[in-house]
Amino acid sequence: MIRTIAGRELRSLFLSPLAWSILAVVQVIMAYIFLARMELFFQLQPRLAGTSIGVTDIVVTYLYNNAAVVMMLIVPLLTMRLVSEERRSRTLTLLFSAPVSMTEIILGKYLGIMAFLLVMAGVISLMPLSLLIWGNLDMGKFAACVLGLTLLLASFASLGLFISTLTVQPTIAAVGTFGALLLLWVLDWKGGDGSDSVLAYLSLLRHYVSLLQGVFSSRDVIYYLLFSLTFIALSINRLDGQRLQN
Amino acid sequence: MERDTLVSVEHLSRDYGGMRAVDDVSFELVRGEILGFLGPNGAGKTTTMQIISGNLAPTAGRVTINGIDILDSPKAAKAHIGYLPEQPPLYRELTVDEYLMYCARLNRIPAADRQAALTAAKQRCGLIEVGRRLIDHLSKGFRQRVGIAQAIIHAPAVVILDEPTVGLDPIQIREIRGLIRELGRDHSVILSTHILPEVQSLCNRVQIINKGVMVLNDTIEGLRQRMQASSMVVALRRAPAIDQLRAVNGVLDVEPLGDGRFRMHYKPEDDPAETLAAQAVQHDWGLHELTPERMSLEEIFVDITRTEQPPDAAEEAA
Repeated sequence: MIRTIAGRELRSLFLSPLAWSILAVVQVIMAYIFLARMELFFQLQPRLAGTSIGVTDIVVTYLYNNAAVVMMLIVPLLTMRLVSEERRSRTLTLLFSAPVSMTEIILGKYLGIMAFLLVMAGVISLMPLSLLIWGNLDMGKFAACVLGLTLLLASFASLGLFISTLTVQPTIAAVGTFGALLLLWVLDWKGGDGSDSVLAYLSLLRHYVSLLQGVFSSRDVIYYLLFSLTFIALSINRLDGQRLQN
Repeated sequence: MERDTLVSVEHLSRDYGGMRAVDDVSFELVRGEILGFLGPNGAGKTTTMQIISGNLAPTAGRVTINGIDILDSPKAAKAHIGYLPEQPPLYRELTVDEYLMYCARLNRIPAADRQAALTAAKQRCGLIEVGRRLIDHLSKGFRQRVGIAQAIIHAPAVVILDEPTVGLDPIQIREIRGLIRELGRDHSVILSTHILPEVQSLCNRVQIINKGVMVLNDTIEGLRQRMQASSMVVALRRAPAIDQLRAVNGVLDVEPLGDGRFRMHYKPEDDPAETLAAQAVQHDWGLHELTPERMSLEEIFVDITRTEQPPDAAEEAA
């Protein structure tokens, strides 16, 4: 049942020009960043000989760091219509009157959008992989980057989904999601080095950066998983509560 | 034959903020019945239907579908319901086939039976030739049919249709009515509508709701009784004194309309037309017109929804 709903979600995404244009735009931007960084790498290459810094650090880490920012702009556009659009066009009734639980509806929608985001992440990761044709890639670091981006996307999508359940207007959902993501992103910019503060711990950025640096800590992974689970649970709760209040 | 109760609604109430949209509504629906659900706009019809279909939770009261409580086990109860809301829930970017296949999956029709269910639903709703067209490109009538197909694809015991014929042309309306009549044979149908002749031609039972309160719940036969004449207009060339007319057996009241015309009120079970005609001949009143006045469903509807005050308004006035 979850698969059915996810399948419909993915299908509708690919039937809309929005998804295709987003894929294209993201790819163009990421390719430009990738190429610009490659050029820098070629300039630096003579000086790097003998050090432990390689193409992975110069190009791949940087690429994924920027991918996160691009995704922050893009994910709200994709998640905004998840529930709000269905509510607006009254198609939510179809799901509500079918023998399907709220959990199945939310998980279906979440997995549908995640499938799309993973396609996007997959296409981005093809660029670093192309380096394998002529050179070497630190596969450990690369894997950490891919994992980091995947977890980041999972948490972005869950927050977007939740905000989409709050409003009937997709644009408001998009603006709200973007604002919330940005706030969570800059949460640890607060002065001082308070690296142990709660705010710093809650920041989406901090955990991502440590993964990008190749530091695989289960703490970071658990943070993202908890983040996603929380907002999925909140979405289910919200959808269920809608029947009561309205 | 055993009466097989499919829908049972007990003391249903629903508040929106401080406003009570549905107030203590109870009714039952048995298999093979088509229930016409009438009421002015904003009377609580749609709210009631949304609650029965599980889209809205009631503030108080209980709804059971086929014996299953919709709040306790929503999944099991919803499997027996097909619901067409006022605005059909269609994904316009899908084709008719894709959409109905999705509905079949949502309603947990086993994979092996899906194609058959799809074909059967399309056949019943006359959608065979548009299966591959995008829903967005269909006319309103066809979209409405897709909406009905969606509601019946899993052969539910109860089909709930909220104003299914609004905005359709007369031929489409006839087709949809035919379809509803057919559905009424092996499903139970709850039909909300504004079109009163539709109710008279389709339904076995009529329910009128006004300002959230159920004001009438009767079979179509019972309604016919109510519709029977309780007054008639007579025209006499040489009219006698009004008291003489009042004295005719069974007449309750006589209302002069001028020009020798009178409206005579009587009890439905005690029709004085025959006596009156006999007396007119006997006394040479020159009877040249005698028309029984029938109340139409429309008049009953207007009558009920105008005069009935919701209880709280009456309290406030007191």
